[in-house]
Amino acid sequence: MTELSKTGAALGEPTGTSPAPTSFLEVRDLKVHFPTDDGLVKSVDGLSFQLEKGKTLGIVGESGSGKSVTSLGIMGLHTAGQYGKRKAQISGEIWLNGTELLSADPDHVRKLRGRDMAMIFQDPLSALHPYYTIGHQIVEAYRIHHKVDKKTAKRRAVEMLDRVGIPQPDKRVDSYPHEFSGGMRQRAMIAMSLVNNPELLIADEPTTALDVTVQAQILDLIRDLQKEFGSAVIIITHDLGVVAELADDILVMYGGRCVERGPAEKVFYEPRHPYTWGLLGSMPRLDREQQERLIPVKGSPPSLINVPSGCAFNPRCPYADVPKDNVTRTVRPELSEVGSRHWAACHMTQEQRERIWTEEIAPKL
Amino acid sequence: MTTPAKGDGTETSAAGAATLTKDAAAGETLLKVTGLQKHFPIKKGLLQRQVGAVRAVDGIDFEVKAGETLGVVGESGCGKSTMGRLITRLLEPTAGKVEFEGKDITHLGVSGMRPLRRDVQMIFQDPYSSLNPRHTIGTIVGAPFRLQGVEPAGGIKKEVQRLLEVVGLNPEHYNRYPHEFSGGQRQRIGIARALALNPKLVVADEPVSALDVSIQAQVVNLLDDLQQELGLTYVIIAHDLSVVRHVSDRIAVMYLGKIVELADRESLYRAPMHPYTKALMSAVPIPDPRRKHAKSERILLKGDVPSPISPPSGCRFHTRCWKATEICRTTEPPLIELRPAQQVACHHPENFEDQAPQDTVLLTAAKEASAFVADEVLAASAQTSVAVAAEANGSTEVEADADADADADADGQESTDRQK
Repeated sequence: MTELSKTGAALGEPTGTSPAPTSFLEVRDLKVHFPTDDGLVKSVDGLSFQLEKGKTLGIVGESGSGKSVTSLGIMGLHTAGQYGKRKAQISGEIWLNGTELLSADPDHVRKLRGRDMAMIFQDPLSALHPYYTIGHQIVEAYRIHHKVDKKTAKRRAVEMLDRVGIPQPDKRVDSYPHEFSGGMRQRAMIAMSLVNNPELLIADEPTTALDVTVQAQILDLIRDLQKEFGSAVIIITHDLGVVAELADDILVMYGGRCVERGPAEKVFYEPRHPYTWGLLGSMPRLDREQQERLIPVKGSPPSLINVPSGCAFNPRCPYADVPKDNVTRTVRPELSEVGSRHWAACHMTQEQRERIWTEEIAPKL
Repeated sequence: MTTPAKGDGTETSAAGAATLTKDAAAGETLLKVTGLQKHFPIKKGLLQRQVGAVRAVDGIDFEVKAGETLGVVGESGCGKSTMGRLITRLLEPTAGKVEFEGKDITHLGVSGMRPLRRDVQMIFQDPYSSLNPRHTIGTIVGAPFRLQGVEPAGGIKKEVQRLLEVVGLNPEHYNRYPHEFSGGQRQRIGIARALALNPKLVVADEPVSALDVSIQAQVVNLLDDLQQELGLTYVIIAHDLSVVRHVSDRIAVMYLGKIVELADRESLYRAPMHPYTKALMSAVPIPDPRRKHAKSERILLKGDVPSPISPPSGCRFHTRCWKATEICRTTEPPLIELRPAQQVACHHPENFEDQAPQDTVLLTAAKEASAFVADEVLAASAQTSVAVAAEANGSTEVEADADADADADADGQESTDRQK
């Protein structure tokens, strides 16, 4: 665990020797740890993934699995800034379009933030400033990255509000956040994120605070905008329905690590990790005949200070004793390829997992 | 007006509160709500004159039978939580009537309600704000006994520990504080507290929406088991349609303070009749990536729910409905039983023949709204309506009469018989 020095590092050249990747976004062995009085909180502990432009990655997991910490890490919002020291210890590599962000100059990352990468937050009411009009906030986001006068910027803001489906955008641009309903605030925030045509958009639980009818509108909007702007999108959610709607690839997180990653279809139809099975079994589904009973995962999510040794999922895993020699409790499983572009971190053999899934789990879903 | 079975129900409730609640036989009406309204006044100015009212609940009727689960769904602001607080009498209704086991509890005061608190309990949404952080779990779960002056056999502590075990917590955690528990565990504590006095009716307001998916399933299963073991009756208020379908026997769909559809689970999910129900169900994201591009089935509603301060005239949904015609703007549709065990308040229901076929000209708003509905959906819906009409061909008159009769006798026994 090394804390990278954030100052003076040349752009593009990471501290490691690995070459720059070809993917648009590549995260390599990202670790975000927070020292606290109770111990080191390993919120993200070795996460790697790639994402291409025009594609959507869905990150799913329970609260405390490290989803949001990952997204804030990519945005560079954990690093010690000029306003005081945040205590996060970050290591690994985050490559965005050929630039390594963790070792890059904070000023440079700041220029990228909001322009090349933008974020939609979960709670639009706390992410919008109550003292300023919606228009003001969008104009600010635009003018930071574009040298234009206020009038042009405001025209752009109206245009964006119109694009995200806010009625009478020329009037509503002068409204304050409290004058908007929940769905409209979320639209306004999407407008703000997209005002600079970012190439990477991170949506952290964008619809969790919204009603299902509004959620449908927002998901449609995100999908359409992605098509239009060709951005890469990371959508973070605990709702498997939402990822199924949007994501091309799915990454399942548990205890700060990735336990399964693969194309959406594979993860839903041929999941190869017991935790993914648990998530699928926990979910009441409208598209199926009524299930007799849900199959929950027993126990509760692990503490990130005392992550269970071996496989972090072992205390909750019904199959923890399938592999021999107590290996699930002593050795941490690494991701291994279980299909094309499909990885899972489990000690059970491929055959055992295939058998359990097809014989025991799938019929009950 | 009381149903015959209710008379003895009241007596047993007074006498046997501490015994197991098997006395209300399954199928009897436990809770009956008629014309329930709650208007929150809006006051302004120096004199605090009332300038308007938020019509949170604006005239709803339903019954809950012993042993069943009634699910209540709707968007935020539709009045479902207010409804929950009205039937548990945490709020005073503006108008209408709430009857519990045949006893009118609409305007009972605090002391009048106290004996009934044993029978009607509530589980709250937020397990963080509904448990007092300064009290231990033992105190919290034991509070109902102390407040009601009930001394369970073996003492309060033993009973509390038994309850903790029932909801799947370690009885040794008796002396711990709420902050030492996770969200799912806290919700279990709330459930244990609600069950302490063996209530007959448990009103759960969004019991799982604050919980993680895997924990949500644990709590849903727990509620299920407790109902079977203790013969509980639930009113479960939630916005998640898949959870509601999983737990409920009957479901009420609310929109702007009104029930727009009330039906048993199977009918509602197989063939929703109210356009709002249909839109609501189509909006639920389906966890199946193969259906990702089947976007066409989705009905997108335009805009937001109108303000409950001045709800739209006629049918409240007409401003967002793609089937709205002139009659929807002027006449409020009554909640009538169009099919056995499926009550709908709509002039132009889905999956059923049109109730106002003479009225065919769409409102301008409806034309705009239908732009968001795929043509296939519109065609399919028109087809089913025609098919149902053809099926009922000739008997239309008779059926309409029957409906009118049922409506008139809704309070009488006839409707109870019809529902069976």
